[in-house]
Amino acid sequence: MSSFIPGQPLTAVVQRIQIQKLRQGDNLILGFSIGGGIDQDPGQNPFSDDKTDKGIYVTRITPRGPADEAGLKMGDKLMQVNGWDMTMVTHDQARKRLTKKNEDVVRLLVTRRSLEEAVKHSMGSYPRQ
Amino acid sequence: MDTESTYSGYSYYSGRSRGSHRHGERSRDRHKSRSKDSRSEKSVTITTPPAEPLLGDSSVRGEQVQDDNWGETTTAVTGTSEHSLSQEDIVRITKDLEDSVGLDCRRYFTLTLAVIMGLLVFLTPLAFLALPHLLWPEKLQTCGTACEGLFISVAFKLLILLLAVWALFFRPPRAGLPRVFVFRALLAVLVLLFVVSYWLFYGVRILDSQDENYQGIVQYAVSLVDALLFIHYLAIVLLELRQLQPCFSVCVARSTDGEMRHYNLGQLSIQRAALAILEHYYCDFPVHNPALLSASKSRAAKHLAGLKVYNVDGPGNNAAAASAGMAHSQSRAMIAAAARRRDTSHNELYYEEAEHERRVRKRKSRLVVAVEEAFTHIKRMQEEEQKKAPGDVMDPREAAQAIFPSMARALQKYLRTTKQQHCHSMESIQQHLAFCITNNMTPKAFLECYLTPGPTLQYSRDHWRARQWTLVSEASVTNGLKDGSTFVLRCADFSLVVTTKRIPYIQMSEEYIDPKSHKFVLRLQSETSV
Repeated sequence: MSSFIPGQPLTAVVQRIQIQKLRQGDNLILGFSIGGGIDQDPGQNPFSDDKTDKGIYVTRITPRGPADEAGLKMGDKLMQVNGWDMTMVTHDQARKRLTKKNEDVVRLLVTRRSLEEAVKHSMGSYPRQ
Repeated sequence: MDTESTYSGYSYYSGRSRGSHRHGERSRDRHKSRSKDSRSEKSVTITTPPAEPLLGDSSVRGEQVQDDNWGETTTAVTGTSEHSLSQEDIVRITKDLEDSVGLDCRRYFTLTLAVIMGLLVFLTPLAFLALPHLLWPEKLQTCGTACEGLFISVAFKLLILLLAVWALFFRPPRAGLPRVFVFRALLAVLVLLFVVSYWLFYGVRILDSQDENYQGIVQYAVSLVDALLFIHYLAIVLLELRQLQPCFSVCVARSTDGEMRHYNLGQLSIQRAALAILEHYYCDFPVHNPALLSASKSRAAKHLAGLKVYNVDGPGNNAAAASAGMAHSQSRAMIAAAARRRDTSHNELYYEEAEHERRVRKRKSRLVVAVEEAFTHIKRMQEEEQKKAPGDVMDPREAAQAIFPSMARALQKYLRTTKQQHCHSMESIQQHLAFCITNNMTPKAFLECYLTPGPTLQYSRDHWRARQWTLVSEASVTNGLKDGSTFVLRCADFSLVVTTKRIPYIQMSEEYIDPKSHKFVLRLQSETSV
């Protein structure tokens, strides 16, 4: 995850993940837990590189749940949910955007460190011409 | 023993300052300072009588060179021992005699001068008031109410001045300093000038013209006394108040065993700072024990004795160049050889020290047990018992003598192991024991002064080992202390090296905190499952 400078545009390599919500009784669940938010304490986030990053991170994945099968990994940072920005939201706003009852599919843009490294690696194997 | 260089240095120093300052001291002297005259002397002497007992005083000498085996022979100790004075002692005694005679002359001379000046100053206002009545009583106007009120004022101000001078100046002398005390000299000159100018004015305007206005004369006398009181205020500020606030931190290190202390001093001249340091020395530094230094000296001797340099090339070329080159190459060869040699002296030192530590601890435990057992033999008698059984009653001294033999041997062995046996004589130990018994002290309290070396002042006067100190300084001793100034206080056996550092100038700024600005938030970290 690139370092975050307030007020400057953020560049990140993202992966699109689409999760189908699972109906469990009365609820539609996605099978993961989130932490972070602009109203939370960023210093206690174990997954972020920059301890001032107040973005939303995936803190737990239910094994064999919908998120796990869609390819979401623990420690991913959510950048967008169904088009809504997730980098500058409160914790509660993030939860609401993920748990809308009239949507049964969420399309996430997530970023993780390994994506950046994969891109660099692939760029590096082709010599510049 | 380096006696020659020590004493020749001392006498050179004293001779020089005698010659140059004798004239100065006679012309400018302090006033009202009967007791400070010792400060104009050239040697720093502490206030004990300088003359040591002469050869004729055999009983004291006998005690000092007493046989050390008093632990084994406590029942019959006699003072019969030879007078063995070393060369150093003889030289020291003669030096003390010669100096004490010289110093006393100067001390009395300056004392009389100060008394004369003091009387002159005190009697001047009274003379101003009395002379008109004696010389032209008919022409004088009568003294009205205001004038007589001024008499009372003069009387009380003179009384206050007298008390203030007694409080500030009439104190027993603490020391004799090498050079004259600059501030006191200045004050004396100031007072003298002042009084002389007042007399001049009086003589010209009042005596010659025979002024009739007596009230004016009385007011003149009152103004003199007021000004004297202000000069006294100046004296207090210069002599007492100015050096109270600490400005310098001085580090005092003893040259023989490295014992170091730090003190805070105000703005003082070097000689006054040296005096303050010496007074602290006697109270703080543990007593100097030359017996503890013999081990390192023998090690040093062994280092030197290990190598000998032989010149196999024979005396050849130019003597001067060759000898210089030879000495240089000799020392380098010795250093190189010493470095290459497998030196095991560190090993010996380590084991020797461990062994010594063990031995001291063993002796100490034996001593503690012996003393505790000895103390159980006596018991303080209660009041009622005293009336009932006046049998075998002892006063503290006899009680001490009764229990002393049972612990004497253990104590003597301990003192020998820690090389303190010359600091404590049998008489002093018995006195201390009687003192402890009188004051209901425990055996541990009795032993404490033998287990740790106390400050020099606690030991008897013979063991102070230095009362004549020499101040060796590159800067003039009446200069003030500066940052980085160093000087050495030398006595016969060791020297104290003093370095000064200035306490830094502190720049402080303030920051105001509004009490309402103390606000806190909770640090949240929630995790929601979706």
